[in-house]
Amino acid sequence: MTIKGKAYIAGIYEHPTRHAPDKSTAQLHAEVAKGAIEDAGLTKDDVDGYFCAGDAPGGLWPMVDYLGLNTKKLRHVDSTETGGCSYLIHLGHAAEAIAAGKCSVALVTLAGKPRTGPMPARASGAEADFELAYGATTHNAYGMCAMRHMHDYGTTSEQLAWIKVAASHHAQYNPHAMLKEVVTVEDVLNSPMISDPLHRMDCCVVTDGGGAMIVTTPEIAKSLKKPLVRLIGHGEAMKGPRGGKDLDLTYSAGVWSGPRAFEEAGVTPKDIKYASIYDSFTITVLMQLEDLGFCKKGEGGKFVADGNLISGVGKLPFNTDGGGLCSNHPVNRGGMTKILEAVRQLRGEAHPKVQVKNCDLAIAHGTGGLLGVRHAASTCILERA
Amino acid sequence: MSEAKKYNAPVTNPETAPFWEAAKAGKFMIKRCTTCGEAHYFPRAICPFCFSDKTVWEESSGEAVVYTYSLMRKSPTGPYAIAYVTLKEGPSLQTNIVDCDLEKVKIGQKVKVVWKPTDGAPLPFFTPA
Repeated sequence: MTIKGKAYIAGIYEHPTRHAPDKSTAQLHAEVAKGAIEDAGLTKDDVDGYFCAGDAPGGLWPMVDYLGLNTKKLRHVDSTETGGCSYLIHLGHAAEAIAAGKCSVALVTLAGKPRTGPMPARASGAEADFELAYGATTHNAYGMCAMRHMHDYGTTSEQLAWIKVAASHHAQYNPHAMLKEVVTVEDVLNSPMISDPLHRMDCCVVTDGGGAMIVTTPEIAKSLKKPLVRLIGHGEAMKGPRGGKDLDLTYSAGVWSGPRAFEEAGVTPKDIKYASIYDSFTITVLMQLEDLGFCKKGEGGKFVADGNLISGVGKLPFNTDGGGLCSNHPVNRGGMTKILEAVRQLRGEAHPKVQVKNCDLAIAHGTGGLLGVRHAASTCILERA
Repeated sequence: MSEAKKYNAPVTNPETAPFWEAAKAGKFMIKRCTTCGEAHYFPRAICPFCFSDKTVWEESSGEAVVYTYSLMRKSPTGPYAIAYVTLKEGPSLQTNIVDCDLEKVKIGQKVKVVWKPTDGAPLPFFTPA
């Protein structure tokens, strides 16, 4: 069985806020849910599937109750938690559920307020006694990946900086972007070192906010008014040090999730017109582009340099909303916004300055957890129908 | 150099208690599977490679090389260098490089285990050999 073409993204909504001290986290979930349902042209009572991850206060049953979802109709729920890529996996799982007839209108929500206050620590696993003392954070875990990538492949800070430069070129057109200023390679290199070799501008923003989407059947999508966007391939994968054998931090679980998605979709990286790539850090993008097959392993530095990711300039326009590096990284989880901008591109609703011409095939890809420690990856191939 | 950092004592559990008991005697233990022959870290009862339950404790030389690292420039307890080091016996593990000029840590550098006290068993760290 395949999910190819079995599910459509009929509604999307990204919360415009980047700082919401005056709202509750549950409220933000409700606001993005309302936005996505209205964007689709549906009502709350149409929802018969609900998906949320670790950012949803209390998890599934408090959220279902708080949102007031129609429990006589709600027949499929999923709280898969894989950090920032949870929502990409939710999209794949929603398509599976829809293809299996388990639901017909799935709502997926993400929201939270890390800019207002610190997020609760994530629960640790069996490794706790053997790792917690060493202070792995997102910054230094991704720093370790970048350090080894530079060692093995000669990748440079200048090359990484181009990723931020491209994101900033796009963010200038996004009125909601947290950072709208166009920056240069020199700006990135001159920003303070946070965790070697990553500078402050190699790091994404910290924002409050959220996003939501409605995933539905082909029949329902076609009965609505929005341009049709469907999922044609999905992959998910996990990677960790696994007992410490053959440790290699220069690649991610994207080497497995990517081919799974491309194979299901029946397309190749060369066919992709627009790429949403999770950009928690610049190194995240570089490694993912290699792992997904947009270039060979080790050649990501050359691939991203000289504006190759800038819409209208380079060969692979990426994160045209400004991405996590400049626009938004709600709840420190970038998977949802990756899907939302890919859908805008496929609908032709991106900002005219960054809209990719004839954008009929896009990828949304992300990782979750710590790339240098334990993480998941998920890849979605989306098509304008 | 900042003042001695305070570390939480390991919680330990029945599966890993022998590691922490050995640590109190200054011995750095890894696990080896007698079925497939592979060593692993952190220690598990069942081999993560072949899933055999024939795993045995083995004292590591404590000698390793730096696989990668990142120097965290600021933290509430000052700068620190997180790293993965690869033990002579094979497994790589997460640690901090300590008791040295953190600016001079390099990939490929030889390091050796050192212990830092807690209120319970000490914790393993690595320092230039």
